[in-house]
Amino acid sequence: MRNDKMKLLDETKLKSLENKCTEIRKEIIRMVTRAKSGHVGGSLGATEILVALYYHLMDHNPGNPDWKARDRFILSKGHCTPVLYAVLADCGYFPKKDLLTFRRPGSHLQGHPFQPKTPGVEASSGTLGLGISTGLGMALAAKIRGQNHKYYILCGDGEIQEGQTWEAAMFANKYKLRNVIAFIDRNYLQTDGNSEDIMPLDPLAPKWRSFGWEVYETDGNDLSGIIETVEKAKKSHKPVMIIAYTIKGKGVSFMENVVSWHGTPPTEEEAERAFTELNATGTKDRN
Amino acid sequence: MELKQTRKGYVDALIELAEELPEMVVLDADVGKATLTLQFAEKYPDRYFNCGVQEQNMLSVAAGMSLEGMIPFATTFGVFATCRAGDQLRNSIAYPGANVKIGATHCGISTGGDGASHQINEDIAIARSFPNMTVLVPGDYEEAKIATKTAAKMIGPVYLRFGRDNYPVVPELQGSFEIGKAKLLYEGSDLTIISTGVMASEAITAREQLKHTGISVMVIHMGTIKPLDEEAIIKAARETKGIITIEEHSVIGGLGEAVAGVVSANFPCPVQRVGIMDVFGESGHAQELFDKFGLRASNIIKAAQKIL
Repeated sequence: MRNDKMKLLDETKLKSLENKCTEIRKEIIRMVTRAKSGHVGGSLGATEILVALYYHLMDHNPGNPDWKARDRFILSKGHCTPVLYAVLADCGYFPKKDLLTFRRPGSHLQGHPFQPKTPGVEASSGTLGLGISTGLGMALAAKIRGQNHKYYILCGDGEIQEGQTWEAAMFANKYKLRNVIAFIDRNYLQTDGNSEDIMPLDPLAPKWRSFGWEVYETDGNDLSGIIETVEKAKKSHKPVMIIAYTIKGKGVSFMENVVSWHGTPPTEEEAERAFTELNATGTKDRN
Repeated sequence: MELKQTRKGYVDALIELAEELPEMVVLDADVGKATLTLQFAEKYPDRYFNCGVQEQNMLSVAAGMSLEGMIPFATTFGVFATCRAGDQLRNSIAYPGANVKIGATHCGISTGGDGASHQINEDIAIARSFPNMTVLVPGDYEEAKIATKTAAKMIGPVYLRFGRDNYPVVPELQGSFEIGKAKLLYEGSDLTIISTGVMASEAITAREQLKHTGISVMVIHMGTIKPLDEEAIIKAARETKGIITIEEHSVIGGLGEAVAGVVSANFPCPVQRVGIMDVFGESGHAQELFDKFGLRASNIIKAAQKIL
């Protein structure tokens, strides 16, 4: 049975979610370092969004991944699989030891999400712009059937330079897909530099509003902010876009806001420094 | 000779399937008048989604609907399905093996007046190169209808190729349709002609003309390009002196190369490919263009002479 009541956040829960973020970040560093390949910056930046969704906001059941009434999460910025896989494994969708195989031959943990193979992955994505449309197709199917679960879709800010995103923006408005709550991970950085230099996106909120979406803005690294915003968004009669301002590389000082950490794996030494910092964060939280 | 549209076979099949398959939905990208899916929309408006001029979004949306257990038929012109939305066809549909059927109309040179931009002669090459993809190229109205119904009932992505024009109804094509099975239209001992799509009638005409000159021709029709009926091709290679393929498609990457690949690996014999010779088309009436671009029985006969 779904629980559609508002999900309040008390101090104890907030603390535990913060600790979860630290654990997930360590797992991200571990996976990408081991694989010597993968996208660490965007994964670290999106950690609070995924933790808020999977550990607090979404109704889902790792023991029964096909439960029809579950909320769905679609990672449209498909390169950020490290954070998704770390969360799914931690939730129990597949054994944590599978994370050791990330990006290795024979693994179900492909560089970009591949739905047929990985339990808990709702849709395949990879080339940018596909995921949001796929999520809307799923949401349309649920709307036709009168189901009331939600579709949470995470897009990158660089990603929405893809024209397909704006096709999707029109489509969601036409079919009044109020079961969609999407995020833009707004960290202002993309592969080759700052988004506003490469292909300016601002002002983002009016763009989405003019396409018929309800738009909210929040600090995307603040768990309470994300949770409050989503609770508001659930009451919307329109598709919702949450512009979540994040710091790419969040949690590891030398990675924060540094564009080169988009797709470069850390060395063993860099990973050790990252663990030291993250462990200190964890200790601070516990004190 | 009775003439009918293959795209009409597609939409008639969709209408006939609707009651039996409640999870089936039809999507189109603002070409419903031309693809004829508006005829489906009139009968089943709640199961029809006009996605606007957004082929890329449409194919990914269709993949999403299939993930929730629906059977979407995403319909547009072949050039848009394979080229404009090539990434979505590959990554949203083929790669995960989404249960989406692509109804691609206005394929080939017979698209006519719109000219080369819309006359896709490369779509078979693109679609068959994607793993997981089934590629059906029916020969006439009836085969289009039965191929559509068969596709609806298999699980996995299917690319269905149709034309724009009126094409001969070919009595030899009637009967059952099985994905991956060639149809032996005529037995013969000297040469084999293998056709796909609406070229079946030209193949049959060529056979009749060659018969008058004492040449016995086997005629095989490939309603499925992928998975290809390799057994039928190898049999033809063994039993006759050579194979001529004919397709309303580029000789690059289509039926001809597929047949040549099977023959060269299994039982080498001469293969002559009749098709669009690595050129873009141009505006004109379909029949004029078939003449100009060499898609006639006479072109098959010339190719036969090169083998004999």
